[in-house]
Amino acid sequence: MTEFTADAAAAETLGARPGRAPWRVLVGATWRQGRTKVGVAITLAIVAIAVIGPFFAPYSPTEFVAPPFSSPSSDVWFGADNLGRDVLSRFLWGGRSVLVLSGLATLFGFVIGAIVGLVAAYSRGKLDDLLMRTMDVVLAFPQIVFALILAATVGPKLWLLVVAVALTTVPRVARVARGAAVEVVERDFVRAADAIGVPRWRILFGEVLPNVTGPLVVEASLRLSFNIAVIAGLSFLGFGLQPPSADWGLMINENKNGLTIQPWPVVLPVIAIGLLTIGTSLIGDGFARASSGIERGGGERG
Amino acid sequence: MTLPFALSVENLGVELEGVAVDIVDDVTFQVAPGEVLGLVGESGSGKTTVGLAVLGHTRRGARIARGKVRVEGADILALPTHARQRVRGRLVTYVPQDPASALNPALRIGRQLDETLSEHGFGTAAERRERVVEALGEVLLPSGSDFLRRYPHQLSGGQQQRVALAMAFANRPRVIVLDEPTTGLDVTTQAHVLETVRDLCAAHGVAAVYVSHDLAVVATLANRVAVMYGGRVVEVGQTGVLFHAAAHPYTRRLVEAIPELSGAHALVGIPGTAPRPGQRPQGCYFAPRCAYAQDECLASFPPVAAVGSGHEVRCFRHAAVLAESVAARPAASARPAIEVADALVAVQGVNASHGERQVLFDVGLVVRPGECVALVGESGSGKTTLARCIAGLHADYAGEIAFRGTALQPGSRSRDAELRRTIQYVFQSPYSSLNPRKTIGQIIGQPLRLFFGAGGADGRRRAVEALERVQLGPSVLDRYPHQLSGGERQRAAIARSLVAEPQLLVCDEVTSALDVSVQAAIVDVLAELQRELRIGLLFVTHNLALIRTISQEVAVMSEGRIVEQGLVDIVLDDPQAAYTRKLLSDTPSLEAALAAAG
Repeated sequence: MTEFTADAAAAETLGARPGRAPWRVLVGATWRQGRTKVGVAITLAIVAIAVIGPFFAPYSPTEFVAPPFSSPSSDVWFGADNLGRDVLSRFLWGGRSVLVLSGLATLFGFVIGAIVGLVAAYSRGKLDDLLMRTMDVVLAFPQIVFALILAATVGPKLWLLVVAVALTTVPRVARVARGAAVEVVERDFVRAADAIGVPRWRILFGEVLPNVTGPLVVEASLRLSFNIAVIAGLSFLGFGLQPPSADWGLMINENKNGLTIQPWPVVLPVIAIGLLTIGTSLIGDGFARASSGIERGGGERG
Repeated sequence: MTLPFALSVENLGVELEGVAVDIVDDVTFQVAPGEVLGLVGESGSGKTTVGLAVLGHTRRGARIARGKVRVEGADILALPTHARQRVRGRLVTYVPQDPASALNPALRIGRQLDETLSEHGFGTAAERRERVVEALGEVLLPSGSDFLRRYPHQLSGGQQQRVALAMAFANRPRVIVLDEPTTGLDVTTQAHVLETVRDLCAAHGVAAVYVSHDLAVVATLANRVAVMYGGRVVEVGQTGVLFHAAAHPYTRRLVEAIPELSGAHALVGIPGTAPRPGQRPQGCYFAPRCAYAQDECLASFPPVAAVGSGHEVRCFRHAAVLAESVAARPAASARPAIEVADALVAVQGVNASHGERQVLFDVGLVVRPGECVALVGESGSGKTTLARCIAGLHADYAGEIAFRGTALQPGSRSRDAELRRTIQYVFQSPYSSLNPRKTIGQIIGQPLRLFFGAGGADGRRRAVEALERVQLGPSVLDRYPHQLSGGERQRAAIARSLVAEPQLLVCDEVTSALDVSVQAAIVDVLAELQRELRIGLLFVTHNLALIRTISQEVAVMSEGRIVEQGLVDIVLDDPQAAYTRKLLSDTPSLEAALAAAG
């Protein structure tokens, strides 16, 4: 058939290479944003400090090496803390807990929140109402207060910290997931899958989820930034690692009284936590800009 | 000083910002006062870009690089921004495709019309009020305070478009640009709106540029037509001349692709796709798809050649094209005769509702194997609801829908897999029915795995087979929907239905989102499926002109009821229901328009 060959030829010239997967295009566009590179650099630096820092610590984090609040010297580069321990060593050891706890809390909260949001959007009706109103109730508690109540009733346990922060993450992620998915479930390709009887869970995760990854990734980075601050805040309040463990939040609390004579044990963790939240939100921002640019340009450009 | 032309566009060029890729290039045309120029072309031809450029405006990311747009002699592109804004809405006005998005939903109609006038310093409040009443009268809308106090959402689509027209004509402009203003409207409403446009342009001596992809509409309305292809005007001429004796091969192919009520001609699609900006070949842009192309066509873009009074064409081979008679159009091939067979699907006494509102009233319909039944009606007539009830996408109905004698459960999820497989549904818009995050291979693979457990090599073989049936090559398997044109997407969507090996294919307005040249090819594909695979087709459409080409039987729907049904030839030649007659007379037809023009 002449038409077939002509058309196939046209399709051939249309784009000789097979399509780049949309997520690859998105990742590429995200990376091309300057802010993403800055964010990744900052985040990697802080993560590196937290993960491999302990191997370079000059002293044990619990070793007394100098008089309390001594100023920096050639032996103790950033001076000593309120009990005379090496500030640099405690700083290098103290990042792991913040990182692990906030990462875990965000992961759990994100997964559960995304599932709740997608199910709500797809089911509509009563289940939607039930799920989202429950989310609203959780959302009504301020994050810190919620964690405080849990910690006060069960006691300061690390897993509890993760559960508390994850629980407060769930409704925020769920709202975003539902908001994005509500529009997608109305599209015809979801109906088409429905019509031929594709299992509902596969429609949710195979058809709907790939179309809401943009807002979800942005929300995840935002939540991670928030949760880092919340976890650090809770440790500061004494609900995280217990003394004498090294922990950034705890360090700030322990040394706040000596701020005027020996600022380093407070300043170092504050800078690290600040930079970490800035870094993760820069990555999220880069992704958000890239995905909105792609939506506008209608696919690959140039 | 009187000028012969109200609007004169000279060497207009619009390019993408930054990359200097031409969207539109070398566009020149004139429009006299009171004249309507039809600007036609397929999607991506740049017709809307030219329409906007006449207002000195471009879409984001584009800019006017060259040329002049003279309104009554003065180049509006040379004006500073604020002066250009004063010209817009006063001397040059615009009627958009979608009036619902052009009217402010939060403001009352009267207020919006008044603003159009006061913005340009028109008279006192009383004078403006008078003009608003006059403008609404001209577009045949009531102008009582009751109507003026309404919000846009309280009007029908046709009324909204009339309000947009009233706004455009209120300031008595010299030039008006209409961008496919009737696309979203029913044929009856469309006929009224077109008549209004024609009368107003003639009465007030307004030069109109009517941008459209619908040649039948343009033939009924325009005095002259400019055909665009690949961002250039390839042919301009009097409407009659252009449709009877076009000198450009592309124009001829376009005309051949228009479905006709009489159904006397076969629909012929144009193979290939129009080149996108940045991918246009050297030489004549149409050459790769052109049967007349020679070496010189590949070397450079043809210059303008005058072939008659006011008839200009950009084609090296226009003499050869003109030598061939237009009457050499291939006649329609015989549709397969109806065989006496048991019903594939029988609908009986179906009443359906959307929530509280009943949309189908006691509907009955039969489709036999290998037969195509066209379901025709205006938007809101319930034709899509009926199609969806059959396909199991709309469960809220009472009455009986039987498939091969067995009653179907409402809703696809309560039917068994075998039934879901044998009844397949093709959606109206291929832009929404294919998941943008999946490759065509993954999309077509889904029903294969679900119904046959066919993956891997077997699945691929079946997918390629289905793609061949819809005239697509296997290379599309690895593409994403956004890398395909609209026509290719719709074919892929049809292929997805075909791999399920259905016995009934429900096609819901499958061509209405596509260009005419593509529409012809899709109709061709469907007719072949019907012939070769003996699939029963339910072809839902609002376009009466299409049905004689594809279907044996027709059911006409109005307000949730089937008002007439029977064999296509009998219903179209001798319509019994008043509604069918009205629909027929309102359908824009190239033949009728040309006959009327003499």
